[in-house]
Amino acid sequence: MTIRIGVITFPGSLDDRDAQRAIRIAGATPVALWHGSHDLEGVDALVLPGGFSYGDYLRSGAIAALSPIMAEVKDAAAAGMPVLGICNGFQMLVEAHLLPGGLIRNANQQFIRRDQRLRVENAATAWTSEFAQGQEIVIPLKNGEGGYIADAASLARIEGEGLVAFRYLGVNPNGSLNDIAGLTNERGNVVGLMPHPEHATEPGFGPDTAAAMRSGVDGQSFFASAIAAVAAVAA
Amino acid sequence: MPTIVVDVMPKAELLDPQGKAVAGALARIGESAFSAVRIGKRFELTVDGEVDDTVLAQARTIADEVLSNSVIEDVVGIEVVE
Repeated sequence: MTIRIGVITFPGSLDDRDAQRAIRIAGATPVALWHGSHDLEGVDALVLPGGFSYGDYLRSGAIAALSPIMAEVKDAAAAGMPVLGICNGFQMLVEAHLLPGGLIRNANQQFIRRDQRLRVENAATAWTSEFAQGQEIVIPLKNGEGGYIADAASLARIEGEGLVAFRYLGVNPNGSLNDIAGLTNERGNVVGLMPHPEHATEPGFGPDTAAAMRSGVDGQSFFASAIAAVAAVAA
Repeated sequence: MPTIVVDVMPKAELLDPQGKAVAGALARIGESAFSAVRIGKRFELTVDGEVDDTVLAQARTIADEVLSNSVIEDVVGIEVVE
């Protein structure tokens, strides 16, 4: 039986099809889900994709976080299902209080689009287990509101409990506190990050590497990790 | 019809990149009297009928839970305007 990973499309989602393709490349079956539904269609894991849901009105991800299907997403997350939020999906996860903190406009006011170096800070989550602890990876980053913030007490707790999943290396692109690029929850099943693993899963379409142009596929391990996590629970 | 006005501001201790950009522009055009700018949001909630305590309590709840994100913003005012 192949593992089924749902990708929820919201009004204004852009990278839902890319996420589905990445899931297929990883060897799982992508399942297209709809924000207005209350049905997760029995999927084994979930991806909240990137984009600009509701035109980033109110706050990025805030209106999408109130979508009908988010009730089921919260229940599934509480039950331990692997949930990955990418970019706008990460913003939805913090707005839904599934991850701590918030995301604000980039400190330099610029929309940033670049191949971004990251360090894997927590390789014990459902979406990072196929990485080595401390591994350096490169995946694309593209956002206007990726500045991660939290109050001092929350930040201390996040750092103390090892909830930073990814940190920016080199230049901090958006003013994120402590160079935070992505987070996990305490249980390790819910992960969110601003950069885009789904855009680095197929040779010819990923970031440049020392080996060849556009050959970077560091994003594959995110989906391989989730597949391994689901398989481990089923076994 | 009565309107409930909700004002939301980014938390004072957090960076407000928009306000900072406007402050920079003011400095460039020689408006030196203003040392800082912060940008917030004003919501106008139109109410059908009277604003009683129940409606005002509902407004407070959505101000805290929907209109603002307490991690990054504060609700700085809720008032009824006829």
